[in-house]
Amino acid sequence: MIVEIGHYALALALGVSVIQALVPFWGVVRQDRALASVGSSAALISFGLVALSFLALVVSYVRSDFSVANVVANSHSTQPLIYKFTSVWGNHEGSMLLWVLILTLFGALVALSRNSLPPRLRAGALAVQGLVAVAFLAFVLFTSNPFQRFSPAPAEGQDLNPILQDLGLAIHPPLLYIGYVGFSITYAFAVAALIDGRIDAMWARAVRPWTLLAWTFLTLGIAMGSYWAYYELGWGGWWFWDPVENASFMPWIAGTALIHSTVVMEKRDSLKVWTILLAILTFSLSLLGTFIVRSGVLTSVHSFASDPARGVFILLILIFFVGGSLALFAWRAPLLRQGGLFAPISRESALVVNNVFLATACATVFVGTLYPLVLELLTGAKISVGAPFYNATFVPVMVPLLLILPLGQSLAWKRGDLLGAAQRNAAAFGLALLAALALIAFTHGGPVLAPLGIGLGLFLVLSAIFDLGERIAGRASGWRAVLSRAKGLPRSAWGTALAHAGIGLSIIGIAAQAWSTEAIAVLKPGERLTSGRYTVVLESVTPRTGPNFRAEVARFQLFYGDRELEPVEGSKRIYTARGMPTTEAGIRTHGLSQAYVSLGEAQDGGVAVRLYDKPLILLIWIGSVVMAFGGGLSLTDRRFRLAAPRRAAPIAAQAQPAE
Amino acid sequence: MSAVQPAKPVSTKPLPAKRRMTRKQRRLALIAVAGAVLCFAAGLVLFAMRDSIVFFYGPTEIAQKGVAPGTRMRLGGLVEAGSVQRGADQRVSFGVTDGTSSVTVSYKGLLPDLFREGQGVVTEGVFEGGGRFRADSVLAKHDENYMPREVADALKKQGHWEPGGAYKPPAAKP
Repeated sequence: MIVEIGHYALALALGVSVIQALVPFWGVVRQDRALASVGSSAALISFGLVALSFLALVVSYVRSDFSVANVVANSHSTQPLIYKFTSVWGNHEGSMLLWVLILTLFGALVALSRNSLPPRLRAGALAVQGLVAVAFLAFVLFTSNPFQRFSPAPAEGQDLNPILQDLGLAIHPPLLYIGYVGFSITYAFAVAALIDGRIDAMWARAVRPWTLLAWTFLTLGIAMGSYWAYYELGWGGWWFWDPVENASFMPWIAGTALIHSTVVMEKRDSLKVWTILLAILTFSLSLLGTFIVRSGVLTSVHSFASDPARGVFILLILIFFVGGSLALFAWRAPLLRQGGLFAPISRESALVVNNVFLATACATVFVGTLYPLVLELLTGAKISVGAPFYNATFVPVMVPLLLILPLGQSLAWKRGDLLGAAQRNAAAFGLALLAALALIAFTHGGPVLAPLGIGLGLFLVLSAIFDLGERIAGRASGWRAVLSRAKGLPRSAWGTALAHAGIGLSIIGIAAQAWSTEAIAVLKPGERLTSGRYTVVLESVTPRTGPNFRAEVARFQLFYGDRELEPVEGSKRIYTARGMPTTEAGIRTHGLSQAYVSLGEAQDGGVAVRLYDKPLILLIWIGSVVMAFGGGLSLTDRRFRLAAPRRAAPIAAQAQPAE
Repeated sequence: MSAVQPAKPVSTKPLPAKRRMTRKQRRLALIAVAGAVLCFAAGLVLFAMRDSIVFFYGPTEIAQKGVAPGTRMRLGGLVEAGSVQRGADQRVSFGVTDGTSSVTVSYKGLLPDLFREGQGVVTEGVFEGGGRFRADSVLAKHDENYMPREVADALKKQGHWEPGGAYKPPAAKP
């Protein structure tokens, strides 16, 4: 019964979304406020219905209702409760339902948000959001229905893919989807503004929190996915430049550019046309990502359901929304009036340069991801584009951008002073360069580019700290004044500094991987293996039984040089339902570095062991979390808070005459 | 309206008239900068395309296309039943077949969890000629149902493909 309620609610949500997509448009055209405001109620109802539907699926999973095909294929009665719950989105159908749930959640949030949106813009945005919801609800209902019954109901399910039975993966998809799908809001606002034919700083102010929110979650989602791949797949890699990873990375790069261009638009009423285009492109890349991941057109180490009908359906959605919005853009963008002027050396120009570089970097990833597909269509040749390609294209584009980032950060709006900005960053640059040179000398004969990478990361971190320091302590005297200035500094300034420092931290972590080492050997109890700074001694191999798996657990003593650290355990699991083996790496965090032990198969009375020394690897993810924290902090800035409109209104009125 | 104060106040002196740019000039400058960056990136992409892209071949294609020894490539197919031989020091060799031809792959390292005889596999490395291939990576897949698409295509081409029924996990039975 519950399953049917869920199914019905989903169908009903489709109907409501059709209303949400059409009626507000009509209201805007007829200048009818009542009709235009239907969108808000429809968005709320639609979210309620999809939530009900999602809940029904959750209940089916938690109760292990094996009369539902989706549950049979992806769950097992012996699974721990938490993984029964997360199995809901550990498969194609359920994860698409989560996608739609988050889409409608954002629609509902727009309907509820009380900031001073012009009613026409709100109605338009909700209508566009409704249209996206119609497309994806239809996709779920017609090609990927999670509520399909399975008759006769088997006594037992086939279990969730064991490598997905993991806490990291439990939270990775929701985080990632909030990011991915969150960009639908900026898209909806952009299309609504194009239809309306008017756009100003108010628009940027309305859109910026949504972009920041989506970006923050996308950052966390990508970082979580990368950390999961690192510890769960057992080969110590944390980024593979795989199409599925690129699918989430491209919207992230475009979203990063969007955050920066909306700043220009909000503060200086400039770059309007570009910002609109970027908002459209960012969500288009999200849609493209969904297509890549869900259609299976590209070969990937991640494997997801691939069914031609689904691929074609998403391709049609993609063509409609990308093509439609770009056509609208070509038609309406010339109507948008250009805004404020700025000198070639100014904060605005620096942000333009940021956008040029980020867009280019995004394009290189785009080419690398899609070129194999195009080549195969044209010539039938199959190629794979891997890390060497991106190291030769993406990295050289990003490095100059990161090098000039601190300069841009200290340029003034409108007209800046390049020499002054360079002077302000000289100390940070000098220190970072010194550190890099010292490192080259110290690791003589080792990799040369890696110390420079660490220097670059350090430059970003130091310049962010010094910049904050100067704003707080620069002209203040006495700690009381410093404290009050620190409090007075807007949260978005703290957020910017944190996000930039976070990138720096991640880069240090990435560069340090040049010194990671790997060693493999077959060990018998008592034997030792050394890799880099770490040594393991195999103590014992013992069988253990989990709720739905059997495991062989190898216990190791771990040494850092001569000093003994906490022991570490790695295991090989066989999940009984699928008979599928997985490797659970043993990881010991030691400062910011990690010792990583992974097991191979048992042979010659011993067990194959792979030991990695991963120096400073935690910085990669700590940096991402710092970035996301910066995004979150900016989000709580006074300007974006719900109560802001009263204070913001006169400012907005000031900004208006520029139109 | 800006809440963020620039670190240094903007000088209010107007720029000398000569240095001020018109809107058109600014736009041209912007396009020039963007164009330069794009050209730089396009150059990098073309350069990287030449050197860092590897082609994928099945065992039969290697024979047909006369792949030169020393070529870096990806090889995919099925792990030949009964062909896996383990040597000392984590060395392992196995046959990769598409049903018509087969290539002997040598590899040093740990094999992924889902490496099994009769299952699809993709390896990357250097073709050494004479039906021998030295792999430096054997790709792990996330799912035991998964058949690399290249392998599926290669099998289809050779007529060894059973639609739907191919390579179901043995454990799918209750």
